[in-house]
Amino acid sequence: MADRLQVLAVDDEPKMRLGMARALRDFVVELPDFGRSVRFEVSTAETGEQALAHIAANPVDILLLDHKLPGMQGLEVLQKVTEDKLDMVVVMVTAYASIATAVSAGKQGAFDFLAKPFTPSELKDTIEKATTHLIVQRKARQLERERHQMRYQLISVVAHELKSPLNAIDSYLQLINDPELKLSADKITHIVDRSHDRLEGMRKLINDLLDLTRIESGQKKRNLVTVDLTQVTQEPVEDAIELGREHAITVETEMPPSLLMEADEGELRIILNNLLSNAVKYNRDGGKVILRVADLGDQVSIAVTDTGIGLTQAEADRLFGEFVRIRNKKTRGISGSGLGLSILQKLAHLYKGRVDLRSEPDVGSTFTVYLHKHTQVELAESIAAED
Amino acid sequence: MKDHAKIMIVDDDIDVIEQLTLMLEATGYEVTSAEAQSEAEKLLENYEPDVAVVDLMMENMDSGFVLAHHIKRRYPKTGVIMLTAVASETGLGFDVTTNGERSWVKADVLLDKPVRHEQLRAEIERLLQD
Repeated sequence: MADRLQVLAVDDEPKMRLGMARALRDFVVELPDFGRSVRFEVSTAETGEQALAHIAANPVDILLLDHKLPGMQGLEVLQKVTEDKLDMVVVMVTAYASIATAVSAGKQGAFDFLAKPFTPSELKDTIEKATTHLIVQRKARQLERERHQMRYQLISVVAHELKSPLNAIDSYLQLINDPELKLSADKITHIVDRSHDRLEGMRKLINDLLDLTRIESGQKKRNLVTVDLTQVTQEPVEDAIELGREHAITVETEMPPSLLMEADEGELRIILNNLLSNAVKYNRDGGKVILRVADLGDQVSIAVTDTGIGLTQAEADRLFGEFVRIRNKKTRGISGSGLGLSILQKLAHLYKGRVDLRSEPDVGSTFTVYLHKHTQVELAESIAAED
Repeated sequence: MKDHAKIMIVDDDIDVIEQLTLMLEATGYEVTSAEAQSEAEKLLENYEPDVAVVDLMMENMDSGFVLAHHIKRRYPKTGVIMLTAVASETGLGFDVTTNGERSWVKADVLLDKPVRHEQLRAEIERLLQD
């Protein structure tokens, strides 16, 4: 794709203006990193006043600005452009090349300095540098905007998810406090239980957010040592059995007596807890959860199968979209943060692995996490191979 | 106030259903509930509530609007109270005070969520007296 950048050449000598316009007419700057090539459209102005009038009325990307102009001086034009924080790159051009002028122009926001007389190829080199600078700067600004947007979106989703249990509990308290209702002890117990459920959901959301932040910021120190995956599953499995007791959900395991891998035990726990608690929560009463851990050579697989509500293909596709589903999560009576799968995926990536989902509505789902056993060694090898 | 007036609650938030059911039953009403527009439509085939309390955003952003239209078409005497979280979520407000608004929002009353119970009770009583 060819983009066109607008160049404004400001010089009081007609020959200079013509020369610059001619040199840039068929000039193309290739920016392979951005997958684009850039061409130029040159406009000209004779004086500083004309230049400012042109800038006010037309978009300008690169300004070639003669230092010595009749009337308003080049540096004054530069000052005005910098003050207005215009999104353009300024190159100062002058016959009286001196370090003092260059420094002063640089201080006032000029990107580069071109000394007269210059050859067409010197002009092109300068234009190429200015173009790269401009495009990189614009790309960075765009990324920054997107980051802000995502951050804002995350905050508003989280705020919504935190507000909803507060509203629910607030309303339950209103009911208990209403003297006209004279609620029975049974009903009050029910209200208190339900409020506890919502509080638990809120706590889970906050913990998940903290996990996610730690993983994403990379600030959490990873302690990669040889661990026995089979042993690490013990506690999460016990927790799942406890969690499933109320709904008569049983938990079975199939795994080798020992499976060594290089991992951070805390991360493995988060993965197992996420998989198992989901399998219990989204199960039916009297259902079953099976945890299968297998040695696949250089990888391990951790698969959790449930006999729960399952998902349609469309729902499964949506499920992995980050933060999208939280808003749509209307799974009756199940409290969850909606961040669990994001966390799973992020952790799996740390082990060069992935998360796989097979599901059938009303039959159940199997979530499988694949992890590489020796991420560090492979990483080192792949770096060595590149050298 | 009509004795044992029939109130229908439609909301996809089960906590809201539980709360309003508890509150309205204790007040002496007969309460039926549905968790989705589609479920409510099915119920309405052989059930005429005196007042329907309908959440605006359920399966779709406008489920409540559509349901209110259907209720009013089938049972013109049924009062409709629409609950919306639009104001608290977006800061946007809308109302049913002008004729123009009334012509497209088929609700007799709009209440912001979270709804204050005494206010909801008062509105239901008012609609039952009309």
